[in-house]
Amino acid sequence: MKLSPRRRRRVFRVAGYVIFVLVIVAVLAAADWGRLSDAFFRSDVAGSMFPEAITIALRNTIIYTLLAFVFGLTLGLILALMRLSTILPYRWFATAYIELFRGLPALLVLFMIGYGVPLAFPDREIPGGVYGSVTVGLGLTAAAYMAETIRAGIQAVPKGQLEAARTLGMSHPRAMVSIVLPQAFRIVIPPLTNEIILLTKDTSLVYVLGVTSSTIELTKFAGDTLNSRVNPTPLVVAGLLYLVITLPLSQLVRGLERRAARER
Amino acid sequence: MAAIEIGGLHKSFGSLEVLRGIDLTVETGEVVCVIGPSGSGKSTLLRCVNFLEEPTRGSIRVAGVEVTDPDCDIDAVRRGIGMVFQQFNLFGHLTVRENVTIAQRRVLRRSRAEADRIAGVNLDRVGLADKAASYPAQLSGGQQQRVAIARALAMDPQLMLFDEPTSALDPELVGEVLAVMRGLVADGMTMLVVTHEMAFAREVASRVVFMDGGLIVEQGPPAEVFGKPREERTRAFLHRVLEPTRVSESEIGAHLTD
Repeated sequence: MKLSPRRRRRVFRVAGYVIFVLVIVAVLAAADWGRLSDAFFRSDVAGSMFPEAITIALRNTIIYTLLAFVFGLTLGLILALMRLSTILPYRWFATAYIELFRGLPALLVLFMIGYGVPLAFPDREIPGGVYGSVTVGLGLTAAAYMAETIRAGIQAVPKGQLEAARTLGMSHPRAMVSIVLPQAFRIVIPPLTNEIILLTKDTSLVYVLGVTSSTIELTKFAGDTLNSRVNPTPLVVAGLLYLVITLPLSQLVRGLERRAARER
Repeated sequence: MAAIEIGGLHKSFGSLEVLRGIDLTVETGEVVCVIGPSGSGKSTLLRCVNFLEEPTRGSIRVAGVEVTDPDCDIDAVRRGIGMVFQQFNLFGHLTVRENVTIAQRRVLRRSRAEADRIAGVNLDRVGLADKAASYPAQLSGGQQQRVAIARALAMDPQLMLFDEPTSALDPELVGEVLAVMRGLVADGMTMLVVTHEMAFAREVASRVVFMDGGLIVEQGPPAEVFGKPREERTRAFLHRVLEPTRVSESEIGAHLTD
């Protein structure tokens, strides 16, 4: 029997839906829901985490993210400008930095800050205690990524913009500050917002610096509660709280990209 | 003192020699139109005058100042030279008014009130006083180009450079830009204009310069260059530009730029 092309397309599409639904139903049916809900959805364990889960853990997660983002953005902008500089050693340094810190796991960098800095500078410490160390530890890696994003943004601004500014008598630095960078940042806001989402999740590595009950963040807080209550429900609570931060940010990125697409 | 004095100007991009010895003087108050086939070096010549391109060899004096001198304060020289680009190059993140005031404020250090007043005068001059609050993307190409002219004029330039100002415009928008430029000519502005608008050059130019292959082939009053060109290359170019429907098949292939 030979199907017409239209019939054939319809059969294939229906088959696609059916397979999709079957797989999901099979996975859901195979899971042992009684044990799952006993392990992951214990309301008494979840209840015991509040309000500290929000007033301390969620709060610190947000603070760490913002501090690292501001530090990384500042350093990233400097590195991006160095990469585009006419001074060769600046370009070398920025390129080497970016390649190095993009290639290293964030966890390893945090370890190095935690153990290396006290060894290298025995009489000094990073100001701000754990907050300072987190800012630098996560910011150094974030800066490498953001530098590349910002560089691409600067290069996406048409060359004529700089030429027009210079033609009006602006110096190169003035033209960069007043004309090129404002337009470059408009271009890179969506990717930079993505960078905040990544940073939010990277704050889960902060425990390696040794956090206390007042500097604890979501993942460590959930892990500690898991150990004390011998029940994994805290992981679900922590996961939901991460989504409270990241889902609105994802929404924001989507909105910004739509707006950027409209303005083109 | 001449507005522009160019002597022995050479410019190469890598192995490509774009300008091969240009001598040109523009007197104050003159309107010089540069015509010629694409690739002949017209735009490069213009961009050398305000040092957007660095000459390989030769000298360029603008109002007596040698711009190729390493000690030249090029930003100061550029303040006296307005430039209008083919692609307008308005600042997309700023409103029309801000486009016209930002250099006044940041470069000339004028107060906001003073800069706004001068912006108003110049936007009025190009017929766009009512668009001050708009963003460039909301304007037509012709309106954008007129804002670009107002932006340059707000700096009180002694000299205006136009780099094919109407080449990126839809045909029905060319006229409004040329009208503004004719107004500048009437006001006595010194202008160096690279253009494909032969009618405009014929009407307003005090002198027409025909370039080909990085050299000035011929120059003179428009009536002479257009009316009875001395050089064969000029004749061939004008024939192709002014009578495009009468270019015969036998002429195709003999490229003027080669």
